Amino acid sequence: MYVAVKGGEAAIDNAHRLLAHARRGDPAVPEISPEQIGGQLKLAADRVMAEGSLYDRDLAALAIKQARGDLVEAIFLVRAYRTTLPRFGYSEPVDTAAMAVERRISATYKDLPGGQVLGPTFDYTHRLIDFLLAAGAAPPEPAEAAAGEGEPMARVTDLLDGEDLIEREVAPDGDTPVGDLTREPLDFPAERDLRLQALARGDEGFLLALGYSTQRGYGRTHPFVGEVRYGEVAVEFVPEELGFAVPLGTIDVTECQMINQFKGSAEVPPQFTRGYGLVFGQSERKAMAMSLVDRALRARDFGEEVTAPAQDEEFVLAHCDNVQATGFVEHLKLPHYVDFQAELDLVRRMRTEYAARRGEASEMKEAAE
Amino acid sequence: MSAAMRDDLPSPGATAGKETDAYNFAYLDEQTKRMIRRAILKAIAIPGYQVPFASREMPMPYGWGTGGVQVTAAVLGPEDVLKVIDQGSDDTTNAVSIRRFFAKTAGVETTTKTRAATVIQTRHRIPEEPLRDGQILVYQVPIPEPLRFLEPRETETRKLHALADYGLMHVKLYEDIARHGHIATTYAYPVEVAGRYVMDPSPTPKFDNPKMDMCAALQLFGAGREKRIYAVPPHTRVRSLDFEDHPFRIQTFKQPCALCGAEGVYLDEVVLDDRGGRMFVCSDTDFCEERRAAGHQGMMVDPGASDPSPEGEGGSRRKARDGWGEARHAARAGKRAAPSDGLRPPPPPYGGGSSDLPSDTAAEKREVVAKDKAGETR
Repeated sequence: MYVAVKGGEAAIDNAHRLLAHARRGDPAVPEISPEQIGGQLKLAADRVMAEGSLYDRDLAALAIKQARGDLVEAIFLVRAYRTTLPRFGYSEPVDTAAMAVERRISATYKDLPGGQVLGPTFDYTHRLIDFLLAAGAAPPEPAEAAAGEGEPMARVTDLLDGEDLIEREVAPDGDTPVGDLTREPLDFPAERDLRLQALARGDEGFLLALGYSTQRGYGRTHPFVGEVRYGEVAVEFVPEELGFAVPLGTIDVTECQMINQFKGSAEVPPQFTRGYGLVFGQSERKAMAMSLVDRALRARDFGEEVTAPAQDEEFVLAHCDNVQATGFVEHLKLPHYVDFQAELDLVRRMRTEYAARRGEASEMKEAAE
Repeated sequence: MSAAMRDDLPSPGATAGKETDAYNFAYLDEQTKRMIRRAILKAIAIPGYQVPFASREMPMPYGWGTGGVQVTAAVLGPEDVLKVIDQGSDDTTNAVSIRRFFAKTAGVETTTKTRAATVIQTRHRIPEEPLRDGQILVYQVPIPEPLRFLEPRETETRKLHALADYGLMHVKLYEDIARHGHIATTYAYPVEVAGRYVMDPSPTPKFDNPKMDMCAALQLFGAGREKRIYAVPPHTRVRSLDFEDHPFRIQTFKQPCALCGAEGVYLDEVVLDDRGGRMFVCSDTDFCEERRAAGHQGMMVDPGASDPSPEGEGGSRRKARDGWGEARHAARAGKRAAPSDGLRPPPPPYGGGSSDLPSDTAAEKREVVAKDKAGETR
C-alpha cells in the first residue's frame, strides 16, 4: 500500500540488506571477483570507464560487481566517485598516431602504410553460441608475428591531408583553453570541444541510435570509415614546477576517423569533412557512432540545413547522458501525491461537469422532441 | 588511479560529529562549494534569474534532489539544524535518505520541527508554519525553466527572459481562460519575482504560492540535472501570474484535517479501503503533529475508543492505519498514541476533496490535457 512509503528508516535498511543478499546470489556458487570482471568481462569494464569518464579498470570492475552487472548503475557509481577527486590539471593532447596499435582497419584503402591489423575482434565470427566456453575449454595460443614487422602507422586522414582533399584540422594553439563540461555548465551553442566531451561520455545506445538514424536519411552525411584503431597511448602531463612533459602512464583507447562527403560552398572547394570519435577502452561501436553524430552536429559549421535530431545540438547534448536520463526517468518512482492530489480532484470535477452537461443536453433533446 | 592516491582522498574539514571522515564536510569539496556559493550570491542579487552552475554528480540520482542537495551542502555549516521534507512529510523515503546523507557527511543536527530548523530542504511543499528571518528554504527543482513546455530550446528561452518577453506564458494562460473559463494550472504555477523574472516555483501546489510572497526566509532553488540555481531573497514580492478579471486563486478544501482539525492547509487524500473510503489529512506532518500535541483533534480521532482490534475491514484498511500511523505520529509528538481503532469510517468519497473557489472550477481540466501534450512529468 502506498502509504507505506511513509516511514521507512527501517524499511530502507532492510531493503539494502536484501539487495546485498540478492547481489551475492546462490552461496553455493563461488563469488565473482572484480579481477575476474576486469579481466574476463573487459568490454563491460571499458564501457563503464568510458561513460563514467574515469580511466580506472579496477574501480569500474568493482562498480559492475556492486551494481549486479547493471552497467548504467555502475557508470553512475563511477561518476559519483569521480566527482569527489581533486583536479590536478589537464594532460597534454594524446598522440594517437604514436599508438601501440592492437587493431587498425581502414575501409577507404585496401592497403596502406602500416597495413590492416585485425586484432581481437568479433568481426567475421559466426554468432553461434560456443558451448565449449561453458565447459571451460582452454583457448588456443594466439599467433605471433615475427619481430620487427611493425612499422609506423600514420593516420589515414593525415594521408588525405597531404592532397588537400580533406578539411584541415588545425590544432588550436596551446593557450586556447579547452572547455570542461564537468567544471562549467554546458552552454548553447556549444563548441566542438564540449560537444566531443559530451559525446565521449554519452550513452552508447543513444549515440548508436542517432548515428544509425543519419544513415537512414535523418541528416545524411555519406560516411566512410577512414580508420578505426585501438591500442595503447601514452598520457603526458606538464607539472608547473618542471615546465616539461612527463609521462603519467598509458591508456587504452579506440579512435574512429570518419570521412564524409561535402559538396563545398562559395568559399570552400569540394572536399571531404571529418567526424571524430574517441573512447576509453575498446568500443568500436561507440567510437563509430560518436563520429557519425559528431559530423552530423557540425551541420551548422558547414551551413547545412538542420532538419534531423542527430544534427540538433540541444537535443543531442541535453539527452545523451545516461546518468542524467536514468535519474530523471526513475525519479517518477518518488511520491508525487501532493501534485497528484490536485489532479485527482480536477478529474473528479471534470467528470461531474461532463455528466451535468450530458444531462442538460439530453433534457434539451427531449424538450425539442 | 592508484590505490595509494585513493587513500589520499579524504581531506579533513569540519568533521565534528561526522560519521565518516572519508569525505569533506557535507560531501562536496570546498572549491565546488565556493563555485555553488558564487552562483547562489548571483541568484540572490538577481531574484528569479536562473544562474547556470557546474552541477556535480552526486551519490544520489539526478531527478532525486541533487540540485537541492548541492545547494544545501554549500550553505550548511556545522551549527545548522537541518529539516528535510518530501511532499510535506519528514518521513517519506527520499526525505529520510537525504536527511541521513547530511547526518552522515556533515554530522549536523537534524529535526522534523519547522521552527527548530535553520535550513529546510523541500520537495513539492512549503511548510504550513510561517518561516522566519534567518531560515533558508531549499527547493528541489526538476525543470527550472517556466517556459520549457512552451519553448523547448534553451537558446530561445534565455532570450525571452533577457527581453522579459513573457507573451507566450500570458497567451497560454489566456487560452486556458478562453477554453475553460479559468487558468488551468494546479502546481508549478508560474510566478513573477520582484517585478522582473518569471520563475517556476518548482512543482509545489499553487496553494503554496502565496507563502513565497514577502517570505521572511531566504528561498533557494537548485536544479542539479538542469544545472541551474535561482533564488528569492527574503521579503521579496512574488506574484502569481493572473489577469485583472481572472485573479489568482488557491485550492481550498471542503473539510478540515481528519486528525488535527486544521483548516486552510493542504491535505493529502489517504485511501482506506477498496470501497471508496478515504480520509483527508495534513500534508505537512510536522504541522499536524504539533497541533495534535497541542490538543487539537479531527473528526477521525476518538480518544475514548479502547478496542484496538480492526473492525473487520480488509487488510488494506488495517495497513493504512498502521502505515500511515496515527499512533506513530502521536508518539513522535511526545504524546501517548491514540488507539488506531479510533479512526472512524470515512466520509463519502467525493465529499471531502479539495476544490477551488467556484470560478476556478471548470478550467482545471485543461491542465491534464495540456500536461499530456507537453509530456510533463513531475
